[in-house]
Amino acid sequence: MTWSEMEPLLEQACWDTLYMVGWSALIAVVGGLPLGVLLVLTDRGGVLQNMVVNKVVGQVVNVARSMPFIILMVALISFTRAIVGTTIGPEAAIVPLAIGAIPFYARLVETSVREVDGGLVEAVQSMGGSTWTVVRKVLLPESLPALISSATTTIVALIGYSAMAGTVGAGGLGDLAVRYGYLRFETKLMWITVAILAVVISIIQFAGDLAARGLSHRGRSSVAPRLVLLRGGASRAGKPAPVPERAASAEIETAEPTKVP
Amino acid sequence: MITTTDLTKVYRSRGREVTALDGVDLHVREGEVYGVVGQSGAGKSTLIRCVNLLERPTSGTVSVAGQDLTALAGRGQGAPPSGSWGRAGSALRQARSRIGMVFQHFNLLSSRTVRDNVELPLEILGVSGKERTRKALELLELVGLADKAKAYPAQLSGGQKQRVGIARALAGDPKVLLSDEATSALDPETTRSILQLLRELNEQLGLTVLLITHEMDVVKTICDSAALMRDGRIVESGKVSELLATPGSELAQELFPVGGVPSGEDRTVVDLTFQGEAATKPVISQLSRTYNIDISILGAAMDTVGGHQVGRMRIELPGRFEENVVPIGFLREQGLQVDVAAIADGPGANPTPLLKEGAK
Repeated sequence: MTWSEMEPLLEQACWDTLYMVGWSALIAVVGGLPLGVLLVLTDRGGVLQNMVVNKVVGQVVNVARSMPFIILMVALISFTRAIVGTTIGPEAAIVPLAIGAIPFYARLVETSVREVDGGLVEAVQSMGGSTWTVVRKVLLPESLPALISSATTTIVALIGYSAMAGTVGAGGLGDLAVRYGYLRFETKLMWITVAILAVVISIIQFAGDLAARGLSHRGRSSVAPRLVLLRGGASRAGKPAPVPERAASAEIETAEPTKVP
Repeated sequence: MITTTDLTKVYRSRGREVTALDGVDLHVREGEVYGVVGQSGAGKSTLIRCVNLLERPTSGTVSVAGQDLTALAGRGQGAPPSGSWGRAGSALRQARSRIGMVFQHFNLLSSRTVRDNVELPLEILGVSGKERTRKALELLELVGLADKAKAYPAQLSGGQKQRVGIARALAGDPKVLLSDEATSALDPETTRSILQLLRELNEQLGLTVLLITHEMDVVKTICDSAALMRDGRIVESGKVSELLATPGSELAQELFPVGGVPSGEDRTVVDLTFQGEAATKPVISQLSRTYNIDISILGAAMDTVGGHQVGRMRIELPGRFEENVVPIGFLREQGLQVDVAAIADGPGANPTPLLKEGAK
């Protein structure tokens, strides 16, 4: 197989993967966020303590999470048809991907939001804040870096799941690697696919980490060296972020003269 | 300004009942700094959290600035299970917004700048953006942190964080400030400066401050009145100056501990408290000369409590209490407060039954 033959296949597969993962990740975040927050709020000691709701939601999340994705995809076929009108193609894969990722993200959200200091909730309540205020002004902003990290993890997991989407004819990089690389012995194509997946995942992980760090104002040490380098000297003027030793020496050469502690 | 009547809080967990508050009657006058002291587990925290109903009392009422908060909390809801943050109706939320609160661990949002933290209660009150900023900067000026408006809490020291906490608590123009161990996480130097700030705010803004603490120094430094809590009850309360003048007062003893054990049997140990004019007289030497007795000083301290100069001294007179009735009477005549101390480990001599008579 020559490159000119492979190229359109790879391009199509890339777009299919991005399409499926993009939409399902979006739906997972939109669906998983409230679910995760609900799990925290209704838990013992929560603002809306309600053990019945908590146990029921928790159980549903557990069952959905323990389901192998390939089974979920088959099991949801009739549901998928009702939603998108078809059971094959990328659209048909988005539905089970999203359904599988919602509980996944919800659990991660739950863990992240639980980390928020209860004292902050109390402080806002003492100011006369309602439950909604607590969620909007405390729980979500304070856990934002962790929520972004969780979303990154979810997206990476979704890329993994999407490899199975070939089962319903959805295409994508995983499907390409199986059909050409494995079934047709096009080893070269398979390795290219693997390389592309590795690059895509690295980029997503890097972007996610960067965003999470950039939003975290928790501790002095949380400002990562590479972030300081990317920001350059000028944008640091407002926020004196103490630079870790190693990064500082690198920065002296690259950035314009700034005060390095 | 703050009144609690027969306030009771019982925690139930796994069938066990723990009484955190056992019929607490607290009365804080307008414009005073009121300190509640006690050891951990005495119920102080529960008490202060009941004042703005972060904790729902099991029974009893709380009223702040003439408003019965327990009535606002709604009937029938009673006490939610222990540890619950609980939900609050809008009437209660509104009342809470007029009660400022500062916390031991500051409880500042790490994702917001100092200014945005101070703006938070104003956002909750629905104040417009421009007005919020103006007010926040004004408050930061008041607590001496105007230059830190753009910093994040992680970049501040403990004392600065607590100043932000205080600015935030003042944002809703409260009449009452609750302080939950506000200085307990700070070093002595910073504690002093925070206490001084609270005092200034109390004087300048006419703010009523209810604070709980386990540090007697805090009470000594800024409190007009104090209460001592033990096992969910207030065992003693009153104005600090009056407490010091009360014979046998535990709080006075705690505020002003004088140590020293008698040198032997057949000695009478007497605690003297000097206040105001009495502090300037040469009482001890007069006593010694008049009655020709030898007096040993076991311990003594001088301090400023609630703005008054107060001294305390523990002296030892030779002979049993019966033999010293006349000198003790002399000390009383000089306007001193005289307590015949009960020395638990004093061998042989057991002045305990005499203590009450002697004290009164």
